[in-house]
Amino acid sequence: MDWTALFLSLRLAGWTVAILLPVSILAGRFLAYRQFGAKGLVEAVVMLPLVLPPTVFGFYLLLAFGRNSPVGAFWQETFGHQLVFTFEGLLLASVIFNLSFAIQPAQRGFEAVPIEVREAAACCGMSPWRSLWRVELPLAWPGVMTAMVLTFAHTLGEFGIILMMGGSIPGETKTIAISIYDRVQGFDMAGAGIMSATLVAISLITIAATYMLSARVGRRLS
Amino acid sequence: MPLEVMARADAPISLQASFRAEPGELLALVGHSGSGKTTLLRTIAGLWRPETARVSVDGEVWLDTAAGINLAPHRRHVGVVFQNYALFPHMTAAQNVMAAMDRGAPNPRAEAERLLALVNLPGLADRKPAQLSGGQQQRVAVARALARRPQALLLDEPFSAVDSATRERLYDEIIALRAHLKMPVVLVTHDMNEAQLLADRMVVIEKGRVVREGTTAEVMADPDALRAMGIREVAAMLPAVIVVHADDGLTRLDAATGPLFLPTIEGQPGTKVRVRIMAHEVILAKARPEELSAQNILAGTIAAITPGTGPGVIVHVRVGDDEILARITRRAVVQLHLQPGDAVHAIVKSMSVARDHVTRAPIEV
Repeated sequence: MDWTALFLSLRLAGWTVAILLPVSILAGRFLAYRQFGAKGLVEAVVMLPLVLPPTVFGFYLLLAFGRNSPVGAFWQETFGHQLVFTFEGLLLASVIFNLSFAIQPAQRGFEAVPIEVREAAACCGMSPWRSLWRVELPLAWPGVMTAMVLTFAHTLGEFGIILMMGGSIPGETKTIAISIYDRVQGFDMAGAGIMSATLVAISLITIAATYMLSARVGRRLS
Repeated sequence: MPLEVMARADAPISLQASFRAEPGELLALVGHSGSGKTTLLRTIAGLWRPETARVSVDGEVWLDTAAGINLAPHRRHVGVVFQNYALFPHMTAAQNVMAAMDRGAPNPRAEAERLLALVNLPGLADRKPAQLSGGQQQRVAVARALARRPQALLLDEPFSAVDSATRERLYDEIIALRAHLKMPVVLVTHDMNEAQLLADRMVVIEKGRVVREGTTAEVMADPDALRAMGIREVAAMLPAVIVVHADDGLTRLDAATGPLFLPTIEGQPGTKVRVRIMAHEVILAKARPEELSAQNILAGTIAAITPGTGPGVIVHVRVGDDEILARITRRAVVQLHLQPGDAVHAIVKSMSVARDHVTRAPIEV
């Protein structure tokens, strides 16, 4: 059992969720309420990671953040090491790759809040921030929570993009999914089996816990 | 200080209207759907900004496009009762009411319960909106609007989402509640009956323009204004007092015009009511008719005869301190030689007064 890889995966998933939670709320809300010309294009771009093969996506990220790219060069200059093949690089890739999972369900959640209810909040003297906190977020919460669960579970299971962006450096970029692949390559079927089962259990528990929680929220609302 | 509104716009609907509502006054904006009345209400609340507009209340300017002033809705002290109430579904009735209070208000819970009691909703403070009936939800919405301590109270078709029996009760409650309201109240409705029962003054809106403005009695006696509303139901409002409920199902009321007999009206003897008498249900006679089935024969004098464009005219009959309107044909006026100052008898069938045409009179402050 590769505990280092498991904890690395959990750490990556945790950070991805932490970074994407505010993004999910603000971008989801923005896309739900605002009408603008390029809205369809923005939504399409957000959905792109869902349809592209992870290797293709990883390839472009590698180009975008590699040593010869502006972002990669800046990183190298500022921190003294390159961005790709590090945990930070992996996290950045994970955040970008998960945008569709994080934004789409949250957007649906905010869209479900009736416009009159939001107007009523304003007419009750609530500022936009207070309205978000007291009215919109409690009502859109199931969508936001779904977004975060999908992001978490999806990060745990991601393989192709991590292989492209991170390589397989133990403790830095070797996640549980990569470790399982390595074991299978090395004919350690027993080890791969234990780790796979652990991943299945963790994913199952996460999703079950979320459903139970959102059912409770649902009861509270109705 | 009054609420003053001026709005002009070309899109999305053409709008060119201005009106004012005095403190404590209930002003009805009446018009068909799509006439722009709700847009005017949204302009007051700050939910919509016309190209050119000015909204001020208590001398405080909320919106002045010429001066570049436009307060966000949450900065205007406005209470709004939305058509479908728009209660916060995740909050209880009391929490809904408290949500509209200023932060740091003392004893919000006690104040919420006081307001809920004021709108006749005691004991349901901890129910969620989904556990309340339509009428109860409307009461919560009214309490929430009042919790804002509004400088203007706006009611957007607040009775359209409930059944007619509930609506009648809510009418009575709004009328009773008005004794506590010191701010201008603007009611948007497409229902002339509702406007006549509740409003002091009416503004008739058609295609974004004010076509008639005046006291409820003036507007309701104006055939042109009513034609703009597409209705023929000119009607007078008579104040009356319930005297006794007779065994045969009729209630005797006393009005300045004399006794009235109407189908059972709910309320204890002594209760003040207002009765809406439809002009086309009134028959005029020069001499007091005898052996007639109609139970109400009211003696009065003709105050005015208003011609319409059609074959009908409206005869204003002064009876005591009040006025009854009769819609009769031009031909009848000629045949009877009716002229202002003539003595006539107005005949009203008891059964012509519908139940929802009777409402409790405002409680005098």
